[in-house]
Amino acid sequence: MDILLNETQTLLKDSAEKFIERDYSFDVRRSVSSSEEGFSRVIWNKFSELGWIGLSMPEEYGGWGGDLVDFSVLFEEIGRGLIVEPFLSTSILGGGLLNYNGSENQKKLIIPDLINGQLLLAFAFTERHSRYNLADVETTASKTDEGYVLNGSKSIVIHGSTADKLIVSARISGKSRDQLGISLFIVDANAEGIKRRSYHMVDGLSGAEIILKNVLVSHENVIGEPGLAYPLIEKVIDEACIAICAESVGLMSELVRTTVDYLKTREQFGAKIGSFQVLQHRAVDMFNALELSRALVYRSAETISNVNDATNRARAASAAKVQIGRSGKLIGQQAIQLHGGMGMTDELSVSHYFKRLTMLGTLFGDADHHLKRFVQLSEN
Amino acid sequence: MELQLGPEDQAFKEKMRAFMNDNLPKDIQHKVNMGLGLVKDDYVTWQKIVGQAGWLAPGWPVEYGGTGWSPIERHIFNEEMARANAPRIMPFGVTMVGPVIIAFGSEEQKNLYLPKILTSEDWWCQGYSEPGSGSDLASLKTKAIRDGDDYIVNGSKTWTSFAQFADMIFCLVRTSTEGKKQSGISFLLIDMNSPGIDVRPIKTMDGGVEINQVFFDNVRVPFKNLVGKENHGWDYAKYLLGHERTGTADIGQSRNQITKVRQIAREELVDGKPLLNDPVFQNKIAEIEIEILALESVLLQALAAESAGQPPGPEASLIKLRGTEIQQEITELLFEAVGNYAHPYVPEALEMGWNEEPVGPDYAASIASRYFNTRKTTIYGGSSEIQKNIIAKAVLGF
Repeated sequence: MDILLNETQTLLKDSAEKFIERDYSFDVRRSVSSSEEGFSRVIWNKFSELGWIGLSMPEEYGGWGGDLVDFSVLFEEIGRGLIVEPFLSTSILGGGLLNYNGSENQKKLIIPDLINGQLLLAFAFTERHSRYNLADVETTASKTDEGYVLNGSKSIVIHGSTADKLIVSARISGKSRDQLGISLFIVDANAEGIKRRSYHMVDGLSGAEIILKNVLVSHENVIGEPGLAYPLIEKVIDEACIAICAESVGLMSELVRTTVDYLKTREQFGAKIGSFQVLQHRAVDMFNALELSRALVYRSAETISNVNDATNRARAASAAKVQIGRSGKLIGQQAIQLHGGMGMTDELSVSHYFKRLTMLGTLFGDADHHLKRFVQLSEN
Repeated sequence: MELQLGPEDQAFKEKMRAFMNDNLPKDIQHKVNMGLGLVKDDYVTWQKIVGQAGWLAPGWPVEYGGTGWSPIERHIFNEEMARANAPRIMPFGVTMVGPVIIAFGSEEQKNLYLPKILTSEDWWCQGYSEPGSGSDLASLKTKAIRDGDDYIVNGSKTWTSFAQFADMIFCLVRTSTEGKKQSGISFLLIDMNSPGIDVRPIKTMDGGVEINQVFFDNVRVPFKNLVGKENHGWDYAKYLLGHERTGTADIGQSRNQITKVRQIAREELVDGKPLLNDPVFQNKIAEIEIEILALESVLLQALAAESAGQPPGPEASLIKLRGTEIQQEITELLFEAVGNYAHPYVPEALEMGWNEEPVGPDYAASIASRYFNTRKTTIYGGSSEIQKNIIAKAVLGF
């Protein structure tokens, strides 16, 4: 049950499949992910050559002008290859925020370097108690003659340790959790007053805690209208939800494939364990969950690409997150269970796919969060 | 729905609580509470304290060092130990090989091994699974061939928890290839210091190295280390697995973890309010609490039957099956509760004496690892699928 792809998407998929098969084996991934930066700059440059980093960036800056469906095709392969390079933070989050609401000047300064792989971005929006509420911002930005002064701390910033520039959400007015009063600031990661503490994350990516103390930002580095950034943040996070859902589909398809293979090779009681009907049915449950997920994720991606309506977009993103959250748990847990003790080992890739899938299930909100959001967006 | 305790049981409970309070070393308690890594010495220290009180093996017959407690008292003891955040008593000696030696071992074996289990002088590990024999345990291939007064053992055992700490391993070995595969298995006690034994750690997905593969290369084992009769090991193994399964329910531990879920959900905020106030999350906690109550009721029945001298029956499978599923469900709740703070992997934070700032709240550091690690519980000790087969055959008569 393949998704119908257009010619560009087919080419993209083929080139990604080829790259993973030839150049991104599980051993490569393991060593890249455990390196200090947590990814490979050499491989990142290769992705730039392949045109993947600028996939959704405007053609006038050297991008491909692709939409969210194109990105879903790429992210499904990113999942299949268990790729740890900073696509999400640089292309989807940072690139998305700039592309939608950045000034011409900001775009000109950043997007070409981003596309050619020379500049990495990270989006610093989570705080200690914000959980999944994008408006729960306590970091402050106070206005001065030259611009703004930022104070506060950001948490669990994906690829925040390796980014050259950070996009930081901060409040210029209002109370914590007010949607009004939030602004976005482009900040050099090494600017005075910024302290970064980096760490590895359980799924092999890297992250950072970021403390901002009297960090000066000029007016030119404010994205969009001051105080009105919330709708943009929500839009970009919704798109990022689709990207990680597509990545999850890739992870799940690999887990289903390797589990079915294992059932067909592992022998116990003098038979392939896949000959036991109870395990066949379990594998069928996994397969069905995968197919339902893939279909819904692509439908959501298409909806978001074609409809310019925030409620529809939000429902499409939350529906995908709920479906992926539930299916991911089923497929991930059963993949481990059916691999038995081998599934528990660090040696086999299955546990690494399971971990990444688990973490994507909670990133930008778990299934319960998005279920609640879906309910709130429905006509009740 | 608290257990209705009579005055004597109530007094027993208070006595146990006071004991834990007075005797559990605070540093060990802190480690368990925070999910920090325990070293061998932590386990042994605590077991010696319990052993000196005479309570390390409550389930053993009194003449061998058991306590003679009623089922409810044993249950209270386990609950209070978990509630106090004590390390778990290692099951390999006390609940696994101990009962087998008592039931089937020679006088010499009883005199030699049982006291050292009670004093925690010997650390035991379990040699059951092999790379090719997991759920189909009876297909095991590790061979023991008679040579004078010895057996010579060759092969390997895997998923061996804490083999790196162990003084002794109890092993299922093949002594005959004739007849049914179950009828050629023997139960051997092997000194881990014997020449020819090699222990290699296996890293698990949570980053831990608790389990090992144990290799046997022409290892000489005295014939007197055979338990019971040659080629009857399968019966003893089944007897042991029955005991192991009632122990794996770990209801006290599950209750303690639910308390932890609540503590975390009180600290973590959703839209500025504690997660614990969220009705959906409250329901999830309540569902598990009710599952625990039901399982506890079955467990108390099983313990009563065991005290009445009946061998563990197929209800042991139910207890293992549901007990481990509940443990997994609780780690899922813990994982959900910490939200974004499940992401960081800072293994140093799980070592005692690490004094840097944690990433986020200190209780979050061990949560993701624990969720991943707990996936093993429905695989080990007879997977859930095997437990269902047992119930299907032994109870439902399929």
